[in-house]
Amino acid sequence: MKKQILLFPLLLVALIFTGCSDDDNTQPEPVNEEEVITTMTVILSPSGGGTVVTLQKKDLDGDDGPNQPVITVSGNLTAGTTYSGVIQVLNETETPAENITEEVLEEANEHQFFFTPAGGLNVSTTYSDQDDNGNPLGVQFALSANTASSGTLTVTLRHEPTKPNTGLSDAGGETDIEATFNVTVE
Amino acid sequence: MHHIVLGLLLTLSSIGYTQNCNLTLSGQILDMHDNSTLSGATIAIVGTNIAVQTGLEGRYRIENLCQNNLYNIKVIHPACDSQIFSLRLNKNTTKDFKLEHHLEELNEIIVDGSLYDVKSNSTLENKVSKETLEQYKTGTLADALKSISGISTLAKGNAIVKPVIHGLHSSRIVMVNNGVRMMDQEWGADHAPNIDINSVERLIVIKNASALQYSGDAIGGVIISEAVKVPLLDSIYGQTSLSGQSNGRGGMLTTQFTKTSANGWFGTFQGAFKRFGDFEASEYVLSNTGLTGHNAALRFGLNQFQKGFEAYYSFTKNSIGILRASHLHGAADQVRALSNDRPLIVRDFTYNIDAPSQEVGHHLFRLKGFKTFENFGEISVQYDFQQNNRLEYDIRRGDDMNKAALDLRLNTHSVLVDFEAQTTHDLDLKLGLMGRYQNNFPNPNTGVRRLIPDYDKYDFGIYGIVDHKANERWHLEAGIRYDYSIMDVFKYYRTSFWESRNYDELYSDLVVEDLGTQVATNPILTFHNMSATLGAKYRWGHFNVLMNYAMASRAPNPSELFSEGLHHAVARIERGDLSFDSEISHKFSLALQRQSDRFGFTINPYINSVSDFILIEPTSVLETIRGNFQVWEYRQTQAQLMGIDIDAQIKLSQNFNFKHQLAMVQGVDKSRDLPLINVPPVHVNNEISYNNAKFHNLRMSLKSEYVSSQNKFPDTNFEVYIPLTDTTETVDMSTPPGAYHLIHFNSSVEFELKTALSLTVGFGVTNLFNSSYRNYLNLQRFYADDLGRNIVLNLKLNY
Repeated sequence: MKKQILLFPLLLVALIFTGCSDDDNTQPEPVNEEEVITTMTVILSPSGGGTVVTLQKKDLDGDDGPNQPVITVSGNLTAGTTYSGVIQVLNETETPAENITEEVLEEANEHQFFFTPAGGLNVSTTYSDQDDNGNPLGVQFALSANTASSGTLTVTLRHEPTKPNTGLSDAGGETDIEATFNVTVE
Repeated sequence: MHHIVLGLLLTLSSIGYTQNCNLTLSGQILDMHDNSTLSGATIAIVGTNIAVQTGLEGRYRIENLCQNNLYNIKVIHPACDSQIFSLRLNKNTTKDFKLEHHLEELNEIIVDGSLYDVKSNSTLENKVSKETLEQYKTGTLADALKSISGISTLAKGNAIVKPVIHGLHSSRIVMVNNGVRMMDQEWGADHAPNIDINSVERLIVIKNASALQYSGDAIGGVIISEAVKVPLLDSIYGQTSLSGQSNGRGGMLTTQFTKTSANGWFGTFQGAFKRFGDFEASEYVLSNTGLTGHNAALRFGLNQFQKGFEAYYSFTKNSIGILRASHLHGAADQVRALSNDRPLIVRDFTYNIDAPSQEVGHHLFRLKGFKTFENFGEISVQYDFQQNNRLEYDIRRGDDMNKAALDLRLNTHSVLVDFEAQTTHDLDLKLGLMGRYQNNFPNPNTGVRRLIPDYDKYDFGIYGIVDHKANERWHLEAGIRYDYSIMDVFKYYRTSFWESRNYDELYSDLVVEDLGTQVATNPILTFHNMSATLGAKYRWGHFNVLMNYAMASRAPNPSELFSEGLHHAVARIERGDLSFDSEISHKFSLALQRQSDRFGFTINPYINSVSDFILIEPTSVLETIRGNFQVWEYRQTQAQLMGIDIDAQIKLSQNFNFKHQLAMVQGVDKSRDLPLINVPPVHVNNEISYNNAKFHNLRMSLKSEYVSSQNKFPDTNFEVYIPLTDTTETVDMSTPPGAYHLIHFNSSVEFELKTALSLTVGFGVTNLFNSSYRNYLNLQRFYADDLGRNIVLNLKLNY
């Protein structure tokens, strides 16, 4: 009788170790990240034809992977030329790559691209598109390469910015993309 | 074992003889220190159904006892350690039993009718007073715990608050809820304990690892929430309380009732519901900080002195909004947030909770039985099951907008077997075994890489504790515990991280499948942890000296081992380390105590030396497509925490009391000679209170809370290029906020409506002067002020 009483708890302990260790030792499925942005490509086409200039930032291991993003600028801009710009945003961790631009367009009210020249770069930008409320979005824009100069052009995508705004300084929201390119106008 | 059989035989054989069974045992139960009489004590004869209670004079009387039988008489009183006395009767006997009072905290209010056990004799057991629990009904458990010196809080906003004991928190603190060790993903800084304050009847803190019956890894300490035992009477009683508060414009309703019977059956139900909108700092609304929550608990069982069982189930669920302005992407956003005095997003007050938010549910079930065997001891067996489900909602795009970004389900089954030997009354022996199985399931449907991997964990523990009361002055205690853990993990590592850490060389055997951008791995980790405690208590006159040494070992938690990703709450990338070993802490604590109504104090210095202490620190700045992020990596080092807690209380007059508390702690990373991060600054409380028992038990108190600025902190600042201004800015993530001083008022008054029906009205104001302040240990401090003035009104009906 008494022995059984002592055995009972030991049995329970044993059960825990055996009963539960049958184990669904099957491999859990991998997670495909749905919202990661890996790549932003800015395509600048000169009005009236000529060489297209492409600016790209690519971070294939996502925004928290240890690898540094790869930044490429295909060539120099020509002074006095106006370029029509289009931005393409991709998630290349998925195959085929997911086009995030579509989501940005669908939620245009909650997004806006900003273009910031710095370090002496003499270019200016204007928005060519609008969201439902008539505020700028920036997937399409125009860039004027004014005079020969060089510096940086930073393209920023803000999620849930204050709209309308006067620029990055009062836009608020969170940064979804920030890419700084070394650009030369010749 | 033989003893039981022998005892059984003796009992059986004694029935065969004719025997004088008309003897009476009577006497008084007295307080060992001042010989005052103890009413409400229970005197039970172990192994029988005989139990009586003492009346107002502390007298008892037991009749029909037999000659020459050896009786084991257990004397129980709410404020004392239970004791067993052995006695053989030859004639009608008068005998007085003396009981020793618990070590009481200076401000302790004994809960009516409670019965409880001492957890450790050589360390201070700090109890949160019943009044404090009442006062924080609309707040969190950690807020109430803060009333104990040496306890501070680590918070994210005002609803996610966790306790910090002597500078340590999270996995280094063990929380025990109704005998069940909480397994609620306690590792995260933004994971608050899932114990609703309204379900807590009694709250005790042990500021070290000496309570080995619960765990061996409580490097910071142990917090115990337990039910008060019910009286053996035919009775039904309960309470309902309704609270409203100005800050958050919300309130709480809670009710509890208990049915008891003289034959030992009892049942209790408790439920609470609360809802608050956005909370407010002194000058603005803290947008998206609303909160809704509910909890329910049911307990029933049979409690007789020699046997009993109890079933307990509780469920807690909270939905908590997280300050909208604290959700950031990258260093440039951080610069913007830090350079503004006000949060970047302040909206109108609302009850709505949007992303970012968290929704956490916790089920806890416990079944426990015990039986006392004569001349052997008491065996208790417990099975418990817990399920913790944590959903975190993030600001997301597109189809994922309303989908949780984190969805974890943690299931834990445990079995505990404890044995308390029945020996002479000055020697107490406890032994126990623990077995536990745990499974973590991170739902892959979130569309976000798993923060915590899939794992199965098995734990096995064994302990023994000896407690020896050498004489009236000396009380000695020693314990030892061994824990074995095995963790079977399935984790997908990002290939770039796997290779950057050189894991592809070190742990190539763990790889199950290579998916190109990710590698599937199956690490199996084992940990052997030893823990021990040694302590003594010396008493003379009004003074007690308590000395304790506790060694504790803690296996690294899943977050420390497996983190590799972005932590939005602090806008940084966090990385764990697969190679970590257990932390081992050695803590020496000393307490000098003077117990007296007029003037009492406790001085409690301590030193805690932790080898392989796991800390997280910034190591680099990583450029990503979102801009720059600071990378924080976990590291093991030699750490030391040293500090002192002081409590003092003076009775100024019949009605006025003054109370003082001071806590300071210093933490050092010995290997690098740097201060530890997030160590609480000096905290000083002074409180003057008025209590008039004759006038509706009127209580009023005015409390001053002073928190200094932490001037010892590691520099974790970094620099980042800001395109907008074409400048490089310093991101100051380390300078602690300034000192602050708050005044709080609290009062309560009781009205006897009729027999067994009373109303307690409580009224309080926290942050009376609506001061603006920020708390170093609140992650929200980077973005917004802490709470402004709050007026609380509480109506409680006792019946």
